[in-house]
Amino acid sequence: MTDLAPSRAAAPAAEVLLEIKNVRQTYPRGRSDHLLVMEGVDLTLKAGEIVGLLGRSGAGKSSLLRIIAGLSRPASGEVNWRGAPLRGPTESIAMVFQSFALFPWLTVQQNVELGLEALGLSPEERRSRSLQAIDLIGLDGFENAYPKELSGGMRQRVGFARGIVMQPELLLMDEPFSALDVLTAETLRTDLIELWMEGKLPLRSVLMVSHNIEEAVLMCDRVVIFAANPGRVAAEIRIDLKHPRHRDDPAFRALVDEVYIRMTRPDAAREAQQAAAQAAHGGIGIILPDVSPNSLAGLMETLTGDFADKADLPELADELSMEIDELFPLTETLQLLGFAEVAHGDIRLTPTGRKFVDSDVDQRKRLFGEQLLARVPIAALICRVLEERPSHRAPYRRFSEELEDFMSEDLAEETLGAVITWGRYAELFAWDEQGQAFSLEDPA
Amino acid sequence: MATVHPALTAFADLRSRSRRWTPNVWDIVIFAFVIGGLALIAVGGRQTLKPLSAPNIFISLDPWVLPNYALRTILRMFAAMVLSLICTFVFGSLAAKSRRAEMIIIPFVDVMQSVPVLAFLSFTVTGFMALFPGQVLGVEMASIFAVFTSQAWNMVFSFYHSCRTIPRELKDLSDSMRLGAWRRFWALEAPYAAPGLIWNAMMSMSGAWFFVVASEAISVGQTTVSLPGVGSYVALAVQQHDLHAIGWAVLTMLVVILAYDQILFRPLVAWSEKFRVDAQASDHRPATSWLLDLVQRAQLARRIGRPIGNLMSSLASVRVGRPMSLPQPVRAAWSNPASEIVWYVVLAAGALWGLWSAVVYIGGTVGWPEVFNAAFLGGVTLLRVVVLVAVASVIWVPVGVWIGLRPKWAAAAQPVAQFLAAFPSNLLFPLVVAGIVRYRLTPDIWLSPLMILGTQWYILFNVIAGASLFPADLLEAADSLQVKGWAWWRKVILPGIFPAYVTGAITAVGGSWNASILAEVASWGTTKVEAHGLGSYIAAATSNGDLHRVLLGTAVMALYVVAFNRLFWEPIFAWGSKRLRAE
Repeated sequence: MTDLAPSRAAAPAAEVLLEIKNVRQTYPRGRSDHLLVMEGVDLTLKAGEIVGLLGRSGAGKSSLLRIIAGLSRPASGEVNWRGAPLRGPTESIAMVFQSFALFPWLTVQQNVELGLEALGLSPEERRSRSLQAIDLIGLDGFENAYPKELSGGMRQRVGFARGIVMQPELLLMDEPFSALDVLTAETLRTDLIELWMEGKLPLRSVLMVSHNIEEAVLMCDRVVIFAANPGRVAAEIRIDLKHPRHRDDPAFRALVDEVYIRMTRPDAAREAQQAAAQAAHGGIGIILPDVSPNSLAGLMETLTGDFADKADLPELADELSMEIDELFPLTETLQLLGFAEVAHGDIRLTPTGRKFVDSDVDQRKRLFGEQLLARVPIAALICRVLEERPSHRAPYRRFSEELEDFMSEDLAEETLGAVITWGRYAELFAWDEQGQAFSLEDPA
Repeated sequence: MATVHPALTAFADLRSRSRRWTPNVWDIVIFAFVIGGLALIAVGGRQTLKPLSAPNIFISLDPWVLPNYALRTILRMFAAMVLSLICTFVFGSLAAKSRRAEMIIIPFVDVMQSVPVLAFLSFTVTGFMALFPGQVLGVEMASIFAVFTSQAWNMVFSFYHSCRTIPRELKDLSDSMRLGAWRRFWALEAPYAAPGLIWNAMMSMSGAWFFVVASEAISVGQTTVSLPGVGSYVALAVQQHDLHAIGWAVLTMLVVILAYDQILFRPLVAWSEKFRVDAQASDHRPATSWLLDLVQRAQLARRIGRPIGNLMSSLASVRVGRPMSLPQPVRAAWSNPASEIVWYVVLAAGALWGLWSAVVYIGGTVGWPEVFNAAFLGGVTLLRVVVLVAVASVIWVPVGVWIGLRPKWAAAAQPVAQFLAAFPSNLLFPLVVAGIVRYRLTPDIWLSPLMILGTQWYILFNVIAGASLFPADLLEAADSLQVKGWAWWRKVILPGIFPAYVTGAITAVGGSWNASILAEVASWGTTKVEAHGLGSYIAAATSNGDLHRVLLGTAVMALYVVAFNRLFWEPIFAWGSKRLRAE
């Protein structure tokens, strides 16, 4: 077991493992155009630290992780691994996946051994190393089990064992706990931190993508907050709390609050960009999350009921047991529609929001429709086009193509999906899924 | 492990080892299977190398030759399956990995699926005979090639589709472990594709019994080919009005199909469950097989199997295919937009040249009126196919629903329907034809049912499968809402089984087109009965050795099938799977 963790203690504490400078990533859109995913990203990882990468979905965290893993190359910028440019996957960087990514036709041990083959080890050596890793991660007795015989938590343990058996210097984890239930995730987190603190993990550094602010504060030495559109590093927060950390410790709560505040701080760059988009194109380039009006109404009711119109976001997230990738789209949409204001880690219902909560079903729909027309330019555009056309019908492509001037195809689809859901709820227009067309009147 | 005293572990090892050494009764059974199978393959294989002289291609009607003939038929089938697998692995992965290869392979496979299998035989048999002059092998190859063309295409599609849908994390993981192309193929792509591929391979084999039997006795102009096998045995029996011999052949084939079903189909499908990624899906009933259980229970078999398995896995872990990097200028030229244009120009030129030579070949000899004639006959056959599938649907959909909603019946009937679909219905044709000749019935009507004799079962077993997966709570909801009678059929069950029904009907239609070449013209002794249609047109052209007309008929039939798929089935299937999927 001791030879599994060879060098962590001996290494000089501040050795730089990974250095990312001014990385920019784009994805092809159409024939010649490119869509900007991230820009100007700088990140340094040192030996002996666990770093958390926080941000909402679509911010490009996973793209960054893939670049670091050597799975994709940045459009420009430098990625240096121990001082030399990273040219592709290397055995000193291993990865753990959100969905576990186990081969269902291989046993636990075969899954763990798979990566060792590429290292050119003898079968005996592979066997002893994989058994050690399985033992360390608490999977004894399951060596011959197939993944489908295991619970989610045990499966992710296999994922970890497969990562650490490579004895990598850097372990990348892409939301490793978010597919697990609350209790299992917590056990796994504490087990992992314990092994890390005892120096039993044959790793020198961990980079973890997360959606969960408390998880990041619980595990990491440093949290890097990623902002979206395009993805970039917005802030960095050091977490100097001693392990084991406790969630109800006031210092812990203060740090959680601080992260929330940083994440909801009006982002100057983004505001400027949106204002520019607004000025140039009537604002239809705003990306909308596909959240249901029922969830929005439910959130507003929770705000009036339990929180007297104003709530601290960490408390709200706790109350609703939601992670930020679920909560933030809702709060942002409320803000966009003018039902609430979000700033400095708090959310506050506006008078319009209050009015919405106090209304009956029909009034709510009307109010929702008014806000939608006034504040969401793409919804207003759809209504205007439908009114102008003699047939009062317009195909999906008419609007998706316009949106694709500003965003990727996937985002355009999600944005239009959101507008369709909201417009149907507000009875602004009808949508024919079969014919992929908007119309003013419901044909039925 | 560490908590047990070392001596105790040693003891436990010893005990389990000694138990492992004792062969059990299953071992004897498995042993017999394996040795018997090897012996049969050796015997059958040697016979194909004999010269193509009279004693070797003399077909006897003695029932005792039937086991040997059946063996030859089975070997042809397996040879074709091996070819199909190789073709699948090569072209399926090529299409999944290279966009440019995909542009050619996928449409090619799509068209090949629509070309009537037996028409291939007319073209290939002379070529293969020239390749191996004076040997049975040449003719064997032609037969195997025809069977191959009936099997390969949906397997290629299945493999290609699986490769394209491999979850991204598994691909990323293989990349980050730097597995290399060869290892990655065996560790990821092949296992991931296995359930779909095995199912499709088994369905292909079911359909292929028809063609392997048909391809054994065929004459193209002057060349008459008669390979020893069950098909040629039946052909001779037809010539000699021997109903008893036909009975023996049918019995033999029943035994063969039963063995194929129990020894190959079921164990393989049950085994492939292991490779299913979404094993938790609730609407999935895992397949089972007594033989697989038996093999897995047999100790000795496992001991013998292990070295073979180890050999295979070390073959699979050979590290070849390390990302080979081409010189920079070559890579740049390959991904250059200009090379894309060159590629398109080459493709377009090839297509134009092909089209031109086809037009010259057909138009120069048979003339345009003949083309219209063939198109008209195609319409007649189309009408026949549509009417027959409609009639079969009216009969089998209610039966299938009735069975499918009763789990016990479904469990018993499903294998029977699969079995019936695999049985080569052309062995039964003579019985019907004998009836038509005796009672002087109109061939245009009474020959038609032959086309759907073997393929109607696809409708039945798909409907059974669809109905048995129908959500029980929807049925209960319909009950409690008192939905009954026609409304129940129209609003509840028919939409529920629609996607399954369409799958079955597409297979049935495709099979019927293929069968039309055999079904529209038939003989009993010297009496020949013939129905009008594209099938009999191709059959007549084949026996006259008129390859121009064979090509014309084949092209017209392929066009009909492609057009029917594109204009009818695809929209219907898309609509059905979008609107009628219970979620």
